[in-house]
Formats: sequence, C-alpha cells, structure tokens
Amino acid sequence: MTKDVRLQGGAPEEAPEKGTPEKGTLEKGTLGEALRSQGVSRRGFMKFCATTASMMALPPSMIPLIANALEKARRPSVIWLSFQECTGCTESLTRAHTTTVESLIFDLISLDYHHTLQAASGAAAEAAREAAMEENFGNYLLVVDGSIPLDNPGYSTIAGISNLDMLKESAKGAAAIIAVGTCATYGGIPHANPNPTGAVSVNEIIKDKPIINVPGCPPIPVVITGVLAHYLTFGSIPELDHIGRPKVFYGQSIHDRCYRRPFYDKGQFAETFDDEGARKGWCLYKLGCKGPTTYNACATTKWNNGTSFPIESGHPCLGCSEPDFWDGGGFYKPLSLPTEDLSKTAVYTAAGAAVAGVAISALNRAKKNASNRIHIKTTIDDLRK
Amino acid sequence: MNQAHAPQFNIHVGTELTWNVKPILHEIRHALEKLLNDGEPSIIDLRSIPLAPGEEETIINSLGHGEVHARLDVLGSSEIYETRFTGVWLVTHYNEDDSIVSRFIEVTEIPDVLKSQREDVTHALDELVTKLETEETYDRGD
Amino acid sequence: MTEIELLSWARGPGLQIATIIFVAGVVIRIFEILLLGRKANLAEAKGAEMSSGLRTMVTRTIPDPTTFKRSSVTIVSGYIFHIGLFVVCFLSAPHILFIKDIIGFGWPSAPTAIIDAFAVVTIIAMLATLINRLNNKVMRYLTNFEDLLTWFVTFLPLVTGYIAFHRIGLTAPSLLAVHILSVELLLVIFPFTKLMHAFTLFIARWYNGAISGYRGVAS
Repeated sequence: MTKDVRLQGGAPEEAPEKGTPEKGTLEKGTLGEALRSQGVSRRGFMKFCATTASMMALPPSMIPLIANALEKARRPSVIWLSFQECTGCTESLTRAHTTTVESLIFDLISLDYHHTLQAASGAAAEAAREAAMEENFGNYLLVVDGSIPLDNPGYSTIAGISNLDMLKESAKGAAAIIAVGTCATYGGIPHANPNPTGAVSVNEIIKDKPIINVPGCPPIPVVITGVLAHYLTFGSIPELDHIGRPKVFYGQSIHDRCYRRPFYDKGQFAETFDDEGARKGWCLYKLGCKGPTTYNACATTKWNNGTSFPIESGHPCLGCSEPDFWDGGGFYKPLSLPTEDLSKTAVYTAAGAAVAGVAISALNRAKKNASNRIHIKTTIDDLRK
Repeated sequence: MNQAHAPQFNIHVGTELTWNVKPILHEIRHALEKLLNDGEPSIIDLRSIPLAPGEEETIINSLGHGEVHARLDVLGSSEIYETRFTGVWLVTHYNEDDSIVSRFIEVTEIPDVLKSQREDVTHALDELVTKLETEETYDRGD
Repeated sequence: MTEIELLSWARGPGLQIATIIFVAGVVIRIFEILLLGRKANLAEAKGAEMSSGLRTMVTRTIPDPTTFKRSSVTIVSGYIFHIGLFVVCFLSAPHILFIKDIIGFGWPSAPTAIIDAFAVVTIIAMLATLINRLNNKVMRYLTNFEDLLTWFVTFLPLVTGYIAFHRIGLTAPSLLAVHILSVELLLVIFPFTKLMHAFTLFIARWYNGAISGYRGVAS
C-alpha cells in the first residue's frame, strides 16, 4: 500500500499540507488529524464515517456519533502475529495495489508489526516489535491469525521464537486480542482430524485478556475492519456471543438471512449441482448447505463489497465460521443425514438380530416344551377332591 | 473453446424473493411524510437489508431519476442523485476500484455530504486569503 | 466439547449405537413373538383365519361406539397426535432426506408452514393426553413409570425439533444436536417399552381377527 495511490483520492485542488508522510511515520495524533493530513476533506471524512457505520452494521442515525468519536480517537498501535496460517486472512483484508475504505481504516491504525506486509525483516523487525510493545505497553492491539502448535514448538516459529512463546509474550501488554480467522479462533484446518501438530486456538492459551474472535475461512474483510473500526470508535470491544464472536456480525445464522429461504420453506430444493432447481436458484439444503447451523454475516454483508456470497453463487455454505467445520460430517452431506452409513449398520444388525432371535426363540420354545412336559393335567378326580 | 459448449447459466430471478422490495418503498413513503410534517430527514442503509440478486436494482429502478445529479470526488467517487420522487436521494459511495462500499437512500432536502462543511470552508478561506495576499505582493513588485 | 463436535457425534457414533440397539431390540422381540408359536386349536375351523386377520388389521382402526364413549379424549387426542407425528416425521424435507439415505428412495415434502402447523397441533394433543391421563382417576391409578417415560421420550424429539427449527434459546448447532440426541434416546428406549406397539399392534390385530375368524365370528 503506497501513500501516493491514496492521495489521488483526495480533493484534487488541495495539496496535502504536511507533504507525503511515509507509512508508519504518521504522527500518533487523532484519527481526524491523520485523515486531514492525508488531504481528506471534511466531506471525505463524512463519506468515510457513513461507510464505516454501514460496515459496522450500525444504523445511519449513529453516523454523527461515529464522526465525533473517530475525530478524537487516537491511533492505536497494532501488532499482527501470523502463526500456522495460510495468509488468507491477511490477503482477504489487504490489497497490495488498490485502495478501499477498509484499507484506509487499516492504515489509520499504526501497524507496527506484520511479518508478511512489512518491509523490514530479521532482527530489525523483531526489534521493532519489541520496541512498539514496550512503548505502548497496556495499550496496543494484538491481532493474531493462524493456530498455535502445541505438540512441538518447533513446528512453527518466527525468528527462532516459537508461536507459543511469542503469543504469550506479546499478550502481556495487549489491551485486547483480536483472533482473526477460524484457525486463530477455533483451530481451523490444522486442528482438523488428526491434528498432527497439536494445533490450538488463541483462547486456549491466553486466558487473562479480552479476546474478540472473528472467525471465517477467511472472514469477510469488512467484518475484520468493522471490528477494528468499532475498537477505534468506541475504545471497547463489541458485544460478544458465547464463543467470543461479535454479535453484530455473527448474531444471525446464514439460514435466517438467506435470500433462498423462501424456497426452503416451500420445499423447493436443488438436487444436484446442475439440475433445473439449481438453475432456478432453489435452496441448497440437499447439497449439504450448513447455513442452518452457521453464524456469519455472509448473507447480508456478502463478499467483495456486496457482490455475492457462496450460496448466491450456487455453492452450499461450508460453515467456515463455526468450530470444527472441517470435521462436521462432509461439505456435501446435508445436515439431517447421519455422517456414517446407517443402512449398512441397520442391515447387519437386523441379520445378526435375526440369528439371535431364532436362537432365543429356540431357547424359549424349549422352556415352553419343558414346562408343558412337567405340567400335570387336572383330572376329574382332582375336582372331586 | 467451442462456443456451443459454453455453459448457459439460466438463473431466474424472482420478483418477490425476500419480500423486502415493497416494505422498503413503504419505509421511504413514511420517511417522506416525516420530512413534510416534522422536517426530519431519514437515512436507509441499503446494505443492512438482505436482498436477493436483482432486488436492489428493482428498488432503484422504481425510484428512477429526477432533476439533480451530482458527483463527489473524494476517497474514490460517489454518485448522488435525486430520484423522480423529490426529497428521495440515492447516495452511492464507490472506492478507488469503483466498487460500491456503501449505499444509502436519504429522504431529506439535501444530503449532508453535498453541503459544504464548515471546516472545509474555514480552510478554503485561509487558502484564498493566502493566495490573494501572495498575488498582491507580487503585483506590487516586491 | 464444542457444539459442532457434539453435533458430529450425534450424527455419527450416536446414531450408529442407537440404530444397533433399536434394530436388534425390535427384530429379536418380533422373532420371539412369532417363533414362540400358538397352541394347536383342536376344534374344527368354522371360518378362515388369514382373511379375517388381515381384515381386522384395518377395521380395528375405527373404534367401536362403546369404547369411544368411554375413552373419547384418549382416542381423539391419540389419533390427532399419531397423525401429527406421521406428518411431521415423514413429510418434512430434512426427515425425508434422512430416510432416503437409509432406504434409497424418498418422496415429495410438505411446505414448512404445514409442517409447522401440524407440529403445534401435535404438541397440544400430546399435552392433552398427558393431562387426561393424570386427571382421570382410573388412568392415574393405572399409570406407572413406563407410561410417563414413553410419553416423555416421544414428546422430547417433537418439541426439540420445533425449537431447533425456529432456533429459540440456544444456538443452532446445539439445538440440532439436542434434537438428534433426543431421537437417539427414543430409539434406544423403544424396544424395551410399550412403544413396541408400533410393530406389535398389527400382530395383535391380526391375531384377534384370526381367532375370531377361526371360530366363524365377526371381529
């Protein structure tokens, strides 16, 4: 992300007053000052606040409040740690050559450490991290993506430091931790059966700091920035559900917000990927959609700035923001189906039981015959007695 | 690739899939009443309502175009126009990629983002004063 | 254990265990009943056994007037909840999919609104049967633990299914897991209780018709 591209978006006639600040050297002033120093007019700031409110799923009536808060908010220091991950979450959030309002929020934080994105490397990078942590002790935001291997710390290290050690050390001075992506929040794909590295999530290691879980494989970019924006605006973590996800984005299941829901209710399903029903856009329940048991914002917020989401594109939901979705019985197996072959079990059991039934019946008959044999019939003499 | 074998996607879009089209139009109607009676503006965030593909287009087409069309060039472009229903404005914010980042229906006399903002006016005044003073200095031949 | 882990267990090993116990129990009991045999009837047959038996399997569906007058609440609420359970179990899309996976074929499902309505009516009817059982002096006297247990394990899947569908209370994966686990409970308890009437009912009706038919009387 270069400053030049962003400045072109500013008011054309207005030259930036303080020159072209380099990344990371923006004064640690307020967000309002930072935006203005980049040549963004008040009007531009209003556009930014309106979009941020929409991103945070807040009602438009809150836009003045957000404007007020963002104007005065101080730029927090953010340390981003990447552990056992595929970098999909970082990719989801950042675009190296384009500018979006999301990246603007991303730039407004002072990203003091991100080993994939930063220019520095090696000892210098680690030194920068430690300096940032010390300088902002108690106030910096720790963002983590990727799971942490416990079986052998050597499975995943950065600059010779194991993920476990780096997480514990970095968490000490963090104001809050944002676990981004299903790997960091619930273990993700490394955690899936048989979990060869002993991968665990952030919340299994850190117990004494507030943790916001932003799961998804990857999470929707606006959800990540929405959580960041919330923290920047209000200085607090948003309301979380029982597994630590912000309710504002993860409070509704995909099924409850899916535009194909009327088809589900009417019983119109696609049976295969290319049949009549699929072409008509019918419900994908029979193709294994995990929408009913998945909580995420995909159905309303959608992906790529509201372009579409998996179901809209014709593929059933994978349930990627739920724990253990990789082991959830198969992506193409409908939720109401057993995960193992029940008919085989039933047939074998019936066969075995038939044999057992015959055997038991033989025993019963033997008992019946035996009791018949010892049965003494009542005769007329007994009655006369 | 043989054109004849190109997959033909035949996805039909329903007219009443989420049944959110009419309610939104009714919400706009109530907002207009509020604007007339109480003078209070309202904003509807189109991203906050689940809409099936094509439904957002249906709403926007129903609203049509009116007399005013404005373009904002800051942080990417933004398109602001009054629909054929006076008082109902469509505000669409784009980023530098020309992807939509937010979209609002504003029921108001004029959307706030079109008004010139006090801070920007103050800054403009300073700039103009500086410019005039500098030019006067040059004119005097200093 | 996470919600999804619980759900995966319910859909996997849980269902396996429940199916084994259910199938084994039902098959063994039916074999026992059928293979025990009947005592030879030395009287001369005055009519046909089989046709009377088969006919009775159907005709016993209609209660006779005296019985109906005596136990009208039991019979009416019983019919309502049995029909309701049939609609909810066999005409709802997720259930049909489940059955199709086991027996290989399915059939068209009913719309959600209808299933919903039937579920509510069934819940009310089942509550009516329970209240009647506890209010009626004779029935209360006859009621034992097994009666209440079988009512409960039948009621639980119905109610948990409704709640899971409408997502009330807990989050979706937990609700679905609870529903599937409640069905597993029903399956496991089934062969050891009077719930076996689902199968033995037909055997009993046939037998009643057969012995009447043998004697040449109506049944």
